[in-house]
Amino acid sequence: MLALENATVRFGRRAALDAVDLEVADHEIVCVLGPSGSGKSTLLRAVAGLQPLDGGRVLLGGADQAGVPVHRRGVGLMFQDHQLFPQRDVGGNVAFGLRMHGVPKGEQRSRVEELLELVGLPGAARRAVGALSGGEQQRVALARALAPSPRLLMLDEPLGQLDRTLRERLVVELRAVFRRLGTTVLAVTHDQGEAFALADRVVVMRDGGVAQSGTPRDVWQRPASEFVARFLGFANVVPATVTGGTADTPWGGVPVPAGSPQGACRLLVRPSAVRLGPRDVGLPCVVESLTFRGHHVAVRLRPDGAPPLEAECGLRDAPEAGAEVGAAFAAEDVVVLRPDAGD
Amino acid sequence: MRGPASRRGSAVRFALMALPVAFFALFFAYPVASIVGRGLRVGDSWQLGGIAEVVGRPDILQVLWFTLWQALASTGLTLLIALPGAYVFARYDFPGKQVLRAVVTVPFVLPTVVVGTAFLALLGRGGLLDDLWGVRLDTTVWAILLAHVFFNYAVVVRTVGGLWSQLDPRQEEAARVLGAGRFTAWRRVTLPALTPAVAAAALMVFLFTFTSFGVVQILGGPAYSTLEVEIYRQTAQVLDLSTAAVLTLVQFAAVGAILAVHAWTVRRRESALRLVDPAHTAHRPSGAGQWALLGAVLATVVLLIVAPLAVLIERSVDGPGGYGLTFYEALQSAEASGGTFLVPPVEAVWNSLQYAFAATAIALVIGGLAAAALTLPRTSSGGAPRAGRLVRGFDALLMLPLGVSAVTVGFGFLITLDEPPLELRTSWILVPLAQALVGVPFVVRTMLPVLRAVDERLREAAAVLGASPLRAWREVDLPLVRRALLVAAGFAFAVSLGEFGATVFIARPDNPTLPVAVARLLGRPGELNYGQAMALSTILMLVCAAALLLLDRLRPDRSAGEF
Repeated sequence: MLALENATVRFGRRAALDAVDLEVADHEIVCVLGPSGSGKSTLLRAVAGLQPLDGGRVLLGGADQAGVPVHRRGVGLMFQDHQLFPQRDVGGNVAFGLRMHGVPKGEQRSRVEELLELVGLPGAARRAVGALSGGEQQRVALARALAPSPRLLMLDEPLGQLDRTLRERLVVELRAVFRRLGTTVLAVTHDQGEAFALADRVVVMRDGGVAQSGTPRDVWQRPASEFVARFLGFANVVPATVTGGTADTPWGGVPVPAGSPQGACRLLVRPSAVRLGPRDVGLPCVVESLTFRGHHVAVRLRPDGAPPLEAECGLRDAPEAGAEVGAAFAAEDVVVLRPDAGD
Repeated sequence: MRGPASRRGSAVRFALMALPVAFFALFFAYPVASIVGRGLRVGDSWQLGGIAEVVGRPDILQVLWFTLWQALASTGLTLLIALPGAYVFARYDFPGKQVLRAVVTVPFVLPTVVVGTAFLALLGRGGLLDDLWGVRLDTTVWAILLAHVFFNYAVVVRTVGGLWSQLDPRQEEAARVLGAGRFTAWRRVTLPALTPAVAAAALMVFLFTFTSFGVVQILGGPAYSTLEVEIYRQTAQVLDLSTAAVLTLVQFAAVGAILAVHAWTVRRRESALRLVDPAHTAHRPSGAGQWALLGAVLATVVLLIVAPLAVLIERSVDGPGGYGLTFYEALQSAEASGGTFLVPPVEAVWNSLQYAFAATAIALVIGGLAAAALTLPRTSSGGAPRAGRLVRGFDALLMLPLGVSAVTVGFGFLITLDEPPLELRTSWILVPLAQALVGVPFVVRTMLPVLRAVDERLREAAAVLGASPLRAWREVDLPLVRRALLVAAGFAFAVSLGEFGATVFIARPDNPTLPVAVARLLGRPGELNYGQAMALSTILMLVCAAALLLLDRLRPDRSAGEF
């Protein structure tokens, strides 16, 4: 459906998009994930035609979009802060794209009803958009973007401004809606939880380029680089040297999965790889702090003369802050990372 | 590197700017330049040495000095009297506030001739003070200063009060919580936020009073003369074109400097302030102090603004045989005016209305295009600086007619637009063209803030949903600016209704406008002429006030514009 080839956008001397290659297949839901300033929004604007390319191509359905103006590209874009038309009611907003495409009045009305039903706001057509809550605005914006049945729907931080519970509920609903309609979706977000819950495939961006692309499971289990690992929230990344089945790290010897590349590398030790035991077993540490995360506890350890180490354990097994414990490592949750291009 | 979309954006911008630029070149730059040129050239050579000679003349120095100090004094006095008013209108709720806000705005759109006449009726020969206490102020500078305060009160209340009412009071509260006293909190938090608005208002008042013509012409007598009045005198009475040309240049330079400062403060005013809905910041006054302040402001408004208008109306019905409509009846025949007019003076009402409608239409088209060109989105951050400077220059160009001597413009029209292909001297369109020139800055200033406030991403949202750029403008911008457009139309209408300096030159004797007719009546001796001037001024005031009240009804709360 969508293909970017070498797409480049420069703002002054800085490249917001740096020779990006990206493909989105029909009915696929792709989530672009990255810190702010990594070029995510520019990517969407370039596909929509709101931002001219300085190099490369954007293809939609195989056709080069150079010179095709925004309103003829047939894509949908849901803006970060919704951008509902303040002077129109809910129905007027949803029907806007249908009117632009010359859909007859009667058909417009029934389609608006149908879409409002779909997003869970039945009968809201006459309401003023100013009177809607954030979640309702988000639903109206979604209905508006879906109304003209765009061949590609793009979402810019779709749930960014909503509170956590609402966000978690909506992301599930969104995925269900897209699945049902078979919509091709390209979404960008800085929130990993949102991306992994929504996407068939996740693309992590860094400084205008693609750092990793893969299924949520792939990316989560095997971050490709230290950047991706740290962006996903992992703090236990250290330089290491792999020899056979063991890596030499500041924390001492850490077992690595069989078949890991040999030699100098960066090593990710997932918190779940750290097993806490009595002080005299493994690496001696002091428990610095505990963070309760519902079903598990994140434990911050300070080993003697080594970088801090994050571990996790069940609520019942959690040590007291200040306790002295020993840390051992489990090979299956240790990942040897490819060095970053910039390092 | 600039993409094709940004080139397209520039092309559209230039296309939009073409008509306003042509209009200004033809009907502003060309007449003004040629009259200045005519004044400064003897035969084929420029006589620039004359400039220093004229500026050094004692009588001209006198005029320059008076123009400057009366403008400074008027500005100071206006701020002193109007700032408490701005505060009261911004922060207090009281019954009749809406009506009163409209009332204080009436003077601003009143023709200067009416303002002069109203103060004449209050302070002048046979005026209220003369009747009561035998006090006459009409040949003193106080009459001029008070008339200027009357005229500009609304500028300060609207510009400063508008911002004041939207400042978040919680900022001041935050300062209080952090340990600042009431006054310190105001001085450290509110005052800095207000300063740019106060400066902008002060500069606007200074600009209006620096170029004051009608008020000084009527109230100043022979003793006091501003640059603008002196230009008129040199052009129309002394027929000394070269002196008039030099004075025009001097005024032009001064106004250019003022506008540059104004543009700078306006840009500073656009700094990010935390603004809230004015409805949440106002409260009913409580305690003796606040009620006293409200009372003082109301008294000022009544004395300074309501009284002159009321006296004007009273004088217009105070005929030789007691109260009646004698003067109004006299307006209906040419003979009663004793040969002052070729037509019944009341016909000036229809002339004025027709001219004003035409001028409004022209000003809306020119000003609307200009405002649209000024708000076109920047499509590329790379190519911005050059376009930005060009746009700022264009913006400044649009403001110039406010400061260039209207007299010069009017006289320039007469001497330049009288030969083919611009043989307009006998055409009725000449008057609306000159009036539209003054109306355009008001249209632009009213439309700009509203157009700029339209979020670019709303247009993008429309485009993504399939709207072409033109369609997006129609669907997104137009509904949002429709009300501002009406407000702008009202301003342009009122401004052209009251335009005097240029019109007095180019209105034909058998087609006078209202202000021209009023001035002509005032220039004749006799009670009947005086009374008719009052009656005609009253009519003019009522027409203006009707237009303004209609407007205030349509005005959206948040888009007050810069005036």
